[in-house]
Amino acid sequence: MNESLLRELVPAVIGVLVRRGADFASAEDAVQEALIRALEAWPDDPPRYPKAWLVKVAWRKFLDSARSDASRRGRELTADAEPPAGPAPATDDTLRLYFLCAHPALPQSAAVALTLRAVGGLTTRQIAAAYLVPEATMAQRISRAKRRIADLPLDQPGDLGTVLRVLYLVFNEGYSGNVDLAAEAIRLARQVAALTGEPEAAGLLALMLLHHARRASRTGPGGRLVPLGEQDRSRWDTGLITEGVAILQAALARDRLGEYQAQAAIAALHADARSTAETDWVQIVEWYDELLRLTGSPVVRLNRAVAVGEADGPGAGLAALADVNPDLPRYAAVTAYLHERAGDLPRAAGLYAEASRAATSVPERDHLTREAARVRQLLRP
Amino acid sequence: MKYLLLKHYRGAPASVNDAPMDQWTPEEVDAHIQYMRDFAARLEGTGEFVDMQALSPEGTFVRYDGEGRPPVTDGPFAETKDLIAGWVIIDVESWERALELSAELSAAPGAGGKPIHEWLEIRPFLTESSTATE
Repeated sequence: MNESLLRELVPAVIGVLVRRGADFASAEDAVQEALIRALEAWPDDPPRYPKAWLVKVAWRKFLDSARSDASRRGRELTADAEPPAGPAPATDDTLRLYFLCAHPALPQSAAVALTLRAVGGLTTRQIAAAYLVPEATMAQRISRAKRRIADLPLDQPGDLGTVLRVLYLVFNEGYSGNVDLAAEAIRLARQVAALTGEPEAAGLLALMLLHHARRASRTGPGGRLVPLGEQDRSRWDTGLITEGVAILQAALARDRLGEYQAQAAIAALHADARSTAETDWVQIVEWYDELLRLTGSPVVRLNRAVAVGEADGPGAGLAALADVNPDLPRYAAVTAYLHERAGDLPRAAGLYAEASRAATSVPERDHLTREAARVRQLLRP
Repeated sequence: MKYLLLKHYRGAPASVNDAPMDQWTPEEVDAHIQYMRDFAARLEGTGEFVDMQALSPEGTFVRYDGEGRPPVTDGPFAETKDLIAGWVIIDVESWERALELSAELSAAPGAGGKPIHEWLEIRPFLTESSTATE
């Protein structure tokens, strides 16, 4: 059985149940149960019509739970087990599902979980394993999220920005548990880009493809983090790069720039270069200026300083750090790098060690400790 | 039986091989990290692994300050005596096995490629059920 094919069917099956009159929360629960059944049953006994099988099983689950809810509520409702027909959904069920699951009223972690389950077709167990929380916690997070959006009108236009942010968060989670969340995010971003036709959705897809192309080279032996400058560029996936660049160019041609397109443009310039020395840093700085104008993000300001350091020398990079908030997690790491390039090794070593203490992930901490050790070794007589 | 093996940034007796990590060579850093990964993989292989986590060295103290008031925070304190760096949780057959595994973890290589002989604190978990004493 092809598990990803099964997953792709999930939003459509939810759509069918909602059209038949089920509310979103119950429909989603029923489809999740049908999905778990399918994962158990299909390997031995694959159905001829997978979607029809899922609809049938999910609808039965929905009726069962509607009946037991009704009998809990009182006898008078038992005759009316099937809920009244809801509003007919708009032309695109799947897109509406995205907007609902990533609704701005939801906390980000809940929006991520709900999106992965209702549109991604993952099971609660898989999502829990990927985010390293107990399954019961994840189940509760999802049902609370569904209660929160239960009374929201479904006919209002959704917020594409939150949908894209949720997919970006999923992408950045990478490979976790037994699910390749980065690949899953790419699949969903591809779908959203196609459904909306929005340049920013295309920009996000391009950004993901361009980052994904470098994945194999980003980790060294023993899970070691390999920084961009040291990556073996022959291991970059040129197919993904070509696709990402083409999608980005088509998006940029529509002249509605947004932060994901700008980030993708930076990623494309990196992907295009054979080494850090051959990278068009001047153009990268220009894109960082655009990105800063679009977002005002302090992290962008910090990354821009690195690019300035490459384009105009470490002195200019250090000068660009003047208006960056030193409390940012990677501030010490960037300062260390620029001081090393400027030739101030003792200072760089101290700053790398400081940066390793401020690191927010294990690979990053290990990498920065190693950098401190490397520079200290250069200092030894 | 579950045991918590605690690694301390501060608060444990000094290790035999006590050089701070950024004073090692990069190869020694790599060897240490690899040893820790292999240790976790071995525990998974033997069915004794429960959890392994690392903590940021910066902690903040916080307490309730009364109805309707925001929590009070304090710190981080540079002088805090005890600072936990991380932990490994194992589920093993006996106390002896827990000691054996702790010693293995403490033998992780450090400066000069020699074992750190780091002091680890080992704490048994209290169990949830009390059936054994009924």
